[in-house]
Amino acid sequence: MSEKLQIAKPESRLYMSFLYVAFISLFIGGLMGLLQTLVRSGEFTMPWGVDYYQILTLHGVILGLVLTTYFIIGFQYSLMGKTVGISFKQRKMAWIGFWVMVIGTIMTAITILLGKASVLYTFYAPLQAHPVFYIGLAFVIIGSWIAAFVNFRQLYVWKQKHPNEKSPLLAFMVVINMIMWVIASLGVAVAVVVQFIPWSLGYAETINVLISRTLFWYFGHPLVYFWLLPAYMAWYAIIPKIIGGKIFSDSLARIAFILLLFFSIPVGFHHQLTEPGIDPIWKFVQVVLTFMVVIPSLMTAFSIFATFEITGRRKGFRGLFGWFKHLPWKDVRFLAPVIGMLAFIPGGAGGIINASHQMNAVVHNTIWVTGHFHITAATTVVLTFFGITYWLVPHLTGRKLTKSINRLGIIQSIFWAVGMTIMSGAMHIEGLLGAPRRSSFSTYGGTEQASEWIGYQMAQAIGGSILFIGILLMVYIFIKLTFFAPKGNEEFPIAEEEENAEQTPKWLENWKLWIAITIALILFAYTIPFVDIIQNSPPGSPAFDWPIGNS
Amino acid sequence: MHLHKYEKIWLVFGVGSLIFFLLILGFGAFWLGTHPQSHGVTIDPNNLEAHEAFEPENLGVTKVADDEYIVNIVASAFNYDLGTDEEGTPVKNIRIPKGSTVLFQVASPDVVHGFNVAGTNVNMMVEPGYISSIETVLDNVGEYTIVCNEYCGVGHHQMFASLEVYE
Repeated sequence: MSEKLQIAKPESRLYMSFLYVAFISLFIGGLMGLLQTLVRSGEFTMPWGVDYYQILTLHGVILGLVLTTYFIIGFQYSLMGKTVGISFKQRKMAWIGFWVMVIGTIMTAITILLGKASVLYTFYAPLQAHPVFYIGLAFVIIGSWIAAFVNFRQLYVWKQKHPNEKSPLLAFMVVINMIMWVIASLGVAVAVVVQFIPWSLGYAETINVLISRTLFWYFGHPLVYFWLLPAYMAWYAIIPKIIGGKIFSDSLARIAFILLLFFSIPVGFHHQLTEPGIDPIWKFVQVVLTFMVVIPSLMTAFSIFATFEITGRRKGFRGLFGWFKHLPWKDVRFLAPVIGMLAFIPGGAGGIINASHQMNAVVHNTIWVTGHFHITAATTVVLTFFGITYWLVPHLTGRKLTKSINRLGIIQSIFWAVGMTIMSGAMHIEGLLGAPRRSSFSTYGGTEQASEWIGYQMAQAIGGSILFIGILLMVYIFIKLTFFAPKGNEEFPIAEEEENAEQTPKWLENWKLWIAITIALILFAYTIPFVDIIQNSPPGSPAFDWPIGNS
Repeated sequence: MHLHKYEKIWLVFGVGSLIFFLLILGFGAFWLGTHPQSHGVTIDPNNLEAHEAFEPENLGVTKVADDEYIVNIVASAFNYDLGTDEEGTPVKNIRIPKGSTVLFQVASPDVVHGFNVAGTNVNMMVEPGYISSIETVLDNVGEYTIVCNEYCGVGHHQMFASLEVYE
């Protein structure tokens, strides 16, 4: 098996290139985040006439779209390379995808830096950015599709060579995630290519705002699952190995991923609950579908803690919680993702509140939402990605995760946990008091409510500063692991099944069936309301570029 | 397929609470009628005044009956237009007695805005082409900030008004 082999140079160069972009993004995007919290404390103004919303756009695009996509694709390639292999031809295609994404990223970044695209990462019409912004985004999506099709091809080739064998678990998970990604990003691709690009170039006079928003959120919610599933991959199949255990159940993990595929896409309306023009019954249908992801999430929670307990007890630690105390807390490869898992408990609960049919009105577009995705995406997902970095980068560069880097990593994880608790906690409370998200500092004419908010914004600036120290540490660790750590071999930890594990049923690999059910659910959830939106649409909106300071 | 016994218990408990929770949401929506706003009425964003509610003289607070009010607002970058007072100065602060039923109707002639009476569940997206509306009973005395909570451009944080609920 290839697990024993040290990784080949050209392969590692490919995977590392994605990680380079990811960590450069982490640094730039993190700096923008720090500046935002400082501006919003009311004690700091941006120099050189830079606008708050410009750095907000950069922060959102570069962390939400660039960092995540590059890290995930690099990580998934390495998982595929390890479990099913990558051919010369596939690697070449992968490089093409990489460069298409880089070109797109640069185009988008430049338009934002020039102040021509301060439309935030949601780019809601009819605010209009420079056409290059949308074209760059389209390139990023196309590049990611190339990655998806290379992944599909990798598994297909492996299957041809291994008839009657079940696919490796991690390869299965990567393919699920990329199927979801392709189906979901079709929505935003249609919006960008059919609506935004012709409209921004002046070929179409008006744009249908509600359709563009519906297509965006058809993509925008699965987007967060596209971030989360790689973290789940690490939790299901990598963390057990790090703690010296086995996979709890191969079939359970596969079923969880299939359910996540089903219920991540047909749910976008829960982001649009407070919009006019969408029928409340269909909003409710999508709310119900949204909550179905609770099932695979609970399955994941069960199986991970079961693995922890089984492993601990097998090592001889008794008592109700004896096994818990003896988990490898001093191993950063374990600690960082586990902090992420713990953050997902309040994160998931907050998500249930956001998606609730009526409760949403209390928190919609308040800074509570920002707090929510800073403990889900920016803590759960990002800390798991950091946990992956500690072994993946030295494995790819042929270096060692030394004791001192491990210690620094633990300090980094603690900084992250503390900074995020302060910042995200303050955002949650402030949001419940009614403070808006995505707004620069304002006293709102000196009202009593607004003055209550400012104290929490101070706390966010403190949390943000601690987080930025965490980012500096992480970038330092990344550079150290890439270029300066001592040479050696670092394990690529992939957990195995129990020897006497139950057979994974064959039907779990019925791809056609899973894709068909996914599409059926999407058609069920979207067809009638979408026809309704088109039939009852108001006159289209012309372009507005002056409100973003672009005149 | 084999499922662990504890996992079956866990899943039954989880799915059971999920069903219970959805029943509560459904009860609220279909028996009590507390849907989020989905007025579904379209309007030409280039000609809001063609609609009676958004004629300049109808903006702001209108008393329609005892304890019943309508508030019409044009939300544009970066202002809430609540009409003018007798001297012709723009109204920024509206006052409504406690316990009144109030219908808020908001429309936008330009980009997407938010309309949130901070700290309450009067919270709507305002999109060009649609009238956003919500009816509510103002039960709690106090001064509320009305904030635009959807990014509408560089002056977004300057877009606000206030609502006073008095005894």
